[in-house]
Amino acid sequence: MLHAERLTIAVGARTLCRELDLAVAPGELWAVLGCNGSGKTTLLHALAGLAPAVAGRVTVAGKLLADYSRRELGRALGILLQREDQEFWGTLRDYVMLGRYPHARSLFGWNATDEEAAARALAAFDLEPLAAQSYGTLSGGERQRARLAQLSAQNPRLLLLDEPLQHLDLRHQLKTLEWVRAAVRGADRAALLVLHDLTFAGRCDRVLMLYGDGRFAAGAAAEMLQPERLDNLYGCRVRAFGSGPDAHFIPVI
Amino acid sequence: MTSSASRAVPTPQPASLKGGRTGRGLLVILAAIAAASLFIALLFGTLPISVAQVFDSVFFPIPGVVQDVVWRLRLPRAFAAFACGGLLATAGVLLQVLLRNPLADPYILGVSGGAALGALGALLFGAGLAFTNLAALVGALSAIAIVFALSFRAGDWNLHRLLLTGVVLSAGFSALISLLLVLAPQGQLKGMLFWLMGDLSHAGASGMAWLLLALVLLVFTLCAGSLNALALGALKARALGVAVSGLQAALYFCAALATVAAVLLGGSIGFVGLMVPHALRLVGVNDHRWLLPASALAGGSFVVLADTFARTAWAPQQLPVGVFTALLGVPVLLFLLSRKP
Repeated sequence: MLHAERLTIAVGARTLCRELDLAVAPGELWAVLGCNGSGKTTLLHALAGLAPAVAGRVTVAGKLLADYSRRELGRALGILLQREDQEFWGTLRDYVMLGRYPHARSLFGWNATDEEAAARALAAFDLEPLAAQSYGTLSGGERQRARLAQLSAQNPRLLLLDEPLQHLDLRHQLKTLEWVRAAVRGADRAALLVLHDLTFAGRCDRVLMLYGDGRFAAGAAAEMLQPERLDNLYGCRVRAFGSGPDAHFIPVI
Repeated sequence: MTSSASRAVPTPQPASLKGGRTGRGLLVILAAIAAASLFIALLFGTLPISVAQVFDSVFFPIPGVVQDVVWRLRLPRAFAAFACGGLLATAGVLLQVLLRNPLADPYILGVSGGAALGALGALLFGAGLAFTNLAALVGALSAIAIVFALSFRAGDWNLHRLLLTGVVLSAGFSALISLLLVLAPQGQLKGMLFWLMGDLSHAGASGMAWLLLALVLLVFTLCAGSLNALALGALKARALGVAVSGLQAALYFCAALATVAAVLLGGSIGFVGLMVPHALRLVGVNDHRWLLPASALAGGSFVVLADTFARTAWAPQQLPVGVFTALLGVPVLLFLLSRKP
């Protein structure tokens, strides 16, 4: 589904990740873990073709990233950005509709399929009551749900989510995770989530750890989420309660 | 039966249709205003002409003084004014999207400075109208090329660098223009000042300007979706599937060419490109599908009315239209700004 070969990414003079080989199989849910500034966002941008990598190649669904047109890539791959600085002028529904941009068939506006996709996306994130409100009046968490809904309307086969749970209340954190789970169900779908919540990372299939100095480690979630590995990754002591997908993690204070 | 009926989901009113209704309504109103403004431009002038005479000479032309005044003098000038205003307002919208800066106006990138430098240089040497226009064109195109060459990097166009390059170049041009004004002999000074303030009394045929306006409007109104996405930021637009680099280059060159066409017709008519798009946004038109045609209509009507005022207010003395676009525009924009809660 998504393959990175010998991918090296850097910001300025710092090499964050050296010769990363990554193979995301269809149906898989990956968590990307690492400290602040360890290159998680930069990696996601490189995988989405938003920032150039220093070296290496990325293929999405067997096709080289560089061979996609931007619009075609918008249907294959969608990214939830960590920050959106620009204000939006319209209503929440207008905002979610923009997710249909790569699918738009007509130059004169949206068709019924687009309207339906947007309506479903609004419903999935409990946003219907707010749909007619101006985007500028929404709270931080509501905006985060709006961004997720926009991505849901975009309906890409590969999801790259940069901190999808930020600003969300507990219920919507759960709902978002369930939505991602449902979204990757299927032969040609997968998702990569940048997370800071290890309990949610434990619900993913696989984990990629970035150490920020070029090193990385990847493997099945249960193997990767071991206290000694986490101590090493975060530079603080982490204790696990429970095991397997029910494990909870707390830093030792 | 009743339970299934009550469970039927009410079809939600599509947002784009609702927005579309207000947008369409506004366009109809603006088109009516545009027609009215052109009519007013034909009606007023040094030679008193009645409403009936205007209608007659437009629809049933009979050779005579009235027909000559309407067809040879007022109509071409009104059409030139409209094209000028439409182009400037359209260029303003495009540059405000490209630079994502509310202060962006058609002159911010040095196009008008380059044109003015060329034109004033030609006037200083006593050149005729044709050569002055050619010099203005060369100046404007050079400015476009210089700014683009200095700021453009394929793949990652830093728009702050574009903006600053344009502003710095404009500052250089205005210094050179001041120098030319100081050096100019007394007799040519007034013509130069009129050129700088924007003046339509020498406006030539506006066919090319209309063609350019129609093309730019058509292309970008059809691409309104990508402009709406780009307004969210370049990174976000690319994430949504917009080919941002190509779009930005197209925006830059089309806005620059629209500005050149307007400046060649009427000199540096100020304030239209900045004010008209903002005024429309303040009354609630934000979707570029409606904002672009609405800006062209409003900008065109606005300059036609300002120019009619400029040539009749102190008749037979003709004043530069640029003075009136600002004098009429400032209170309107201040009112709209203060009206918002």
